[in-house]
Amino acid sequence: MKFTLSWLKDHLDTDASLDEIVERLTMIGLEVESVDDKAALKPFVIARVLTAEKHPDADKLKVLSVDTGSGAPVQVVCGAPNARAGLVGAFAAPGAYVPGIDVTLSVGKIRGVESHGMMCSERELQLSDEHTGIIDLPDNAPVGASFAEWAKLDDPVIEIGLTPNRPDATGVYGIARDLAASGLGTLRSGAVEPVEGKGKCPVSVTLEAPDLCPGFALRLVRGVKNGPSPKWLQQRLIAIGLRPINALVDVTNYVTFDRGRPLHVFDAAKVKGNLVVRRARAGEKVLALDGAEYTLTPDMCVIADDNGVESIAGIMGGELSGCEDGTTDVLIESALWDPMATARTGRELGIITDARYRFERGVDPEFMGAGLDLGTRMVLEFCGGTPSEPEIVLGTPTARDGEIVGETGHHYREVDFPLSETKRLTGLDVDRAESIAILKRLGFVPKGATDGAVVRFVVPSWRPDIDGKADLVEEVMRIHGVNRIAPAPLPQTTAVGSRILTTLQNRTRAARRALAVRGMMEAVTWSFIPERHAALFGGGAPALKLSNPIAADMSDMRPSLLPGLIAAAQRNADRGFGDIALFEVSGTYQGDRPEDQRRVAGGVRRGTATLEGAGRHWAGNAATVGVFDAKADALAALEAAGAPIDKLTIEAGGPDWYHPGRSGTIKLGPKNLLGTFGEFHPDTLEALDAAGPICGFEVYLDAVPEPKAKATRTKPRLDLSPFQAVKRDFAFVVDKGVAAGVLTRAVAAADKKLIAGVSVFDVFEGASIGADKKSIAIEVAIQPQERTLTDEDFEALSARIVANVEKQTGGVLRG
Amino acid sequence: MTDLKTLEATVLAEIAAASDEAALEAVRVSALGKKGSVSERLKMLGTMTPEERKQMGPALNGLKTSVGEALAARKAELHREAIAARLAAETVDVTLPVRQAPAERGRIHPISQVIDEITAIFGDLGFAIAEGPDIETDYYNFTALNFPEGHPAREMHDTFFFPPGENGERKLLRTHTSPVQIHTMEAQKPPIRIVIPGKTYRQDSDATHSPMFHQLEGLVVDRTSTVANMKWVLEEFCKAFFEVPSLNMRFRPSFFPFTEPSLELDIQCDRSRPGEVRFGEGSDWMEILGCGMVHPNVLRMSGLDPDEYQGFAWGMGIDRIATLKYGMPDLRDYFNADTRWLQHYGFRPLDLPTLFGGLST
Repeated sequence: MKFTLSWLKDHLDTDASLDEIVERLTMIGLEVESVDDKAALKPFVIARVLTAEKHPDADKLKVLSVDTGSGAPVQVVCGAPNARAGLVGAFAAPGAYVPGIDVTLSVGKIRGVESHGMMCSERELQLSDEHTGIIDLPDNAPVGASFAEWAKLDDPVIEIGLTPNRPDATGVYGIARDLAASGLGTLRSGAVEPVEGKGKCPVSVTLEAPDLCPGFALRLVRGVKNGPSPKWLQQRLIAIGLRPINALVDVTNYVTFDRGRPLHVFDAAKVKGNLVVRRARAGEKVLALDGAEYTLTPDMCVIADDNGVESIAGIMGGELSGCEDGTTDVLIESALWDPMATARTGRELGIITDARYRFERGVDPEFMGAGLDLGTRMVLEFCGGTPSEPEIVLGTPTARDGEIVGETGHHYREVDFPLSETKRLTGLDVDRAESIAILKRLGFVPKGATDGAVVRFVVPSWRPDIDGKADLVEEVMRIHGVNRIAPAPLPQTTAVGSRILTTLQNRTRAARRALAVRGMMEAVTWSFIPERHAALFGGGAPALKLSNPIAADMSDMRPSLLPGLIAAAQRNADRGFGDIALFEVSGTYQGDRPEDQRRVAGGVRRGTATLEGAGRHWAGNAATVGVFDAKADALAALEAAGAPIDKLTIEAGGPDWYHPGRSGTIKLGPKNLLGTFGEFHPDTLEALDAAGPICGFEVYLDAVPEPKAKATRTKPRLDLSPFQAVKRDFAFVVDKGVAAGVLTRAVAAADKKLIAGVSVFDVFEGASIGADKKSIAIEVAIQPQERTLTDEDFEALSARIVANVEKQTGGVLRG
Repeated sequence: MTDLKTLEATVLAEIAAASDEAALEAVRVSALGKKGSVSERLKMLGTMTPEERKQMGPALNGLKTSVGEALAARKAELHREAIAARLAAETVDVTLPVRQAPAERGRIHPISQVIDEITAIFGDLGFAIAEGPDIETDYYNFTALNFPEGHPAREMHDTFFFPPGENGERKLLRTHTSPVQIHTMEAQKPPIRIVIPGKTYRQDSDATHSPMFHQLEGLVVDRTSTVANMKWVLEEFCKAFFEVPSLNMRFRPSFFPFTEPSLELDIQCDRSRPGEVRFGEGSDWMEILGCGMVHPNVLRMSGLDPDEYQGFAWGMGIDRIATLKYGMPDLRDYFNADTRWLQHYGFRPLDLPTLFGGLST
């Protein structure tokens, strides 16, 4: 919403400065988005051309002697065809910035003749598109004076960003009312004297869609002389970015901005028969005033005559019945349109107009008739003519409750306002008289006694947003002043803050840090992924497919973090960064219920981005990534999340998207799936347009059991053995299919008391031990507890180890 | 005696000439060994007259001592030389690069880091962190938050919808974190003090809008909280979060369906430097968040009597405040996983935001 300072002062009697007004507007909820104080026009002064001679070296240029009102005349070279001796125009001296050509002037030579400034066109000053000649002012324009000031072009333009609840502030008058209510001046009367019409309006109106049109007022003015509107009106329209068309059209635009009351004018000669307000027929077309043809649906409301649709209700008029310079009889329309239907129609047709902006917020129903009269008065003043009486038809009324019924059937709402409510909700102490005065200045009318704890107010017809006492608190608060509310500390509930994160939140944070510490970078990838990617990872269910994705490849909620991460790794590789380790800790979606959203930590490593580093290095090159890198990441994330690492089991193989021989599944007990890891299946990578080497993992943080509540934080007692720990190596030959994990468990189980640890330090396969065999070398850490072990003790322990391995795996000690 | 002097000179010369420990040992044997030149002379003392012995005894013992000392000194010297030679041989080029530790390479995404910063601040103010699902119902995302039927946010051009289910209900991707307000009020009686970080989704895509983004919601419900308390909480938060010595803020009236009265918080700043926002200076105002007193309808729909309970709520873009604090120019880059961007704008894994250590120091 744009307006000029002088326009505001038409309605507001105030001495406040521009800065004060701007500051106040923002602080009462009418946020100022920009102010153009017209400083750009300051350098231009009124000057008279004394002589104009032909340029010695150019046919189209003239050399002017210009009286700028200060000092001796200056020489200016000018190419304008209308440059002549005696012309009074707008002059820019060297040093001035000319906005229309984006140039700061300096003394220059044009074809060998010095030029000390410039006589400007309207386009050069960005006043209009006019550029056929330089500005040609009346002979009596005062030479030396500021051009902008003399031409009243120095009127500052203010633009406010309106919240959707304030239709009353879509007009300058409503803005003035708010400012006056806040104490920044006095509101001038906005009353419109009724127009006395002669005879009935010959065009009748039928409301076939009364639900979409609460009211419709129409009047014919005969014998108008259309043409340009007065200069002051044109200047205001130009200042707020509108193009003056002709007096009749300019009046509708002016009232739209002056009162937030859109009007429409039809050339009566082009309207055939009577007007009908109805729903459009499916596929019905209209050529609108913007020159575009729109195809309508029955959800849209139109004004039609015997020729068909003449106007899209509340949005834009039709081209065919528009007013032109030759218009002699004009139909002026002031109607009310359903806000929701107007908004929907505007959105569907993609039309943004000043009328739609107002109707979709809700135009003051009680100003329908007055708006028609105001428009009529202006038309009579500018164009003459004879007005008819108005034709007023009412549809379904605008408001849902209240007793008082206004002239358009508007039910005025009433709100009971406990005066203590402002203090209760805002902490602000506003006394009774001030509270009531503020509301009255805003147009609220007290009903009944005003000396009780609760005062009843009738809500003005221009405030459809006011619904209850909290709304009145807001009115009192914003007008009294939000910055008068002193911040008050929130009472502290505990002296020392207690834990505020849930277990899952702690796990999420811990998993993030643990993976980042492993040299991985945290990514945040899209929750929605391409359908084919989702399908590859077990997703793609119809319930998780967006009906209106923002792009075709952002269509399905991800069932896994991996497709997004693999694609991200590949994008990096395509940019030349192939060694990359990425992870994400976020949600995946197994269904559309809240419990179907899982909390997952997932990651990928590509190229040689191993834990130790990537790429070549003088001390040893990094290996390519593989299943064990992913396994280590998965276990690290689980450990950080508090999973009991020593109780986890690793099973060979994983979901289909992994390499079947190089992937694993992490479980806690037989049923609780905690994660998967591995290298990827070549088909998966191909389908994702990705290439390896690449490995990845996913662990389910929400599947890790909640830790048991403990009575004490004390850790279990630690008994340190005084006897020296020793290590013994064994190598077993087993069948290739025997998992190392089974072998190490068999070794550890041989003597749970003495054996403190078992680790694998070599795995060997070769012809020497048989084609289907492998040798696994292990180191057993032995911790004597009661005494130093003798050779016989060691032999007995070794025998138990060998026997248990043979029993569990069929393996034999390698000779 | 001349003979002894000559012998001493010869032996000491040999000791000095010994170039390693083996050569020195040979000299020791040749001088002090069983048949060494000095030992042989000492043996002869027994054959001497007492007068001769009296004269030669001290001289020979002196010779033995001086040879012994010279041997020890030379041995120590040779040992030092041997170590020096070994160390010289062991010299490496210490300017050769070492591999970076994994913890130096890893990065935490700015969104996670900023959520941790926010958590640190609100944890100190006694708030708990709440969460809720991304896939929501129309009721929790709109109706319970007092959005009227026909509100533009409920349209396909604003909100992501899923196909209607068996009951005809269309689920949607939440457009704000506010549904968690309702879930919390349904599950828990006041007093409530929560903040809700999470992913949110809208049909928008440009440099400052992304179809997926992150919001931080806050909710306080009790019997006494007012706009004055809200101003205090949010001002304290902004001062702590942006970590600047002074921050000029203003609350101005605004509008949201789920709060009444509604306000927006602006921070004064200087935006004259491209790509950088400086708080505490300049004359621009930047909107940072929306807030207000929980709308009576919202309390009512969550089962709370608005005449008994009251409170305030606010919402702000996490990505946006991250951008304001740390300067990432384009919101869409947040979700591109470009390693160069993550390396530059990401945080080191052990940089844990705390209030006692400073959020970002």
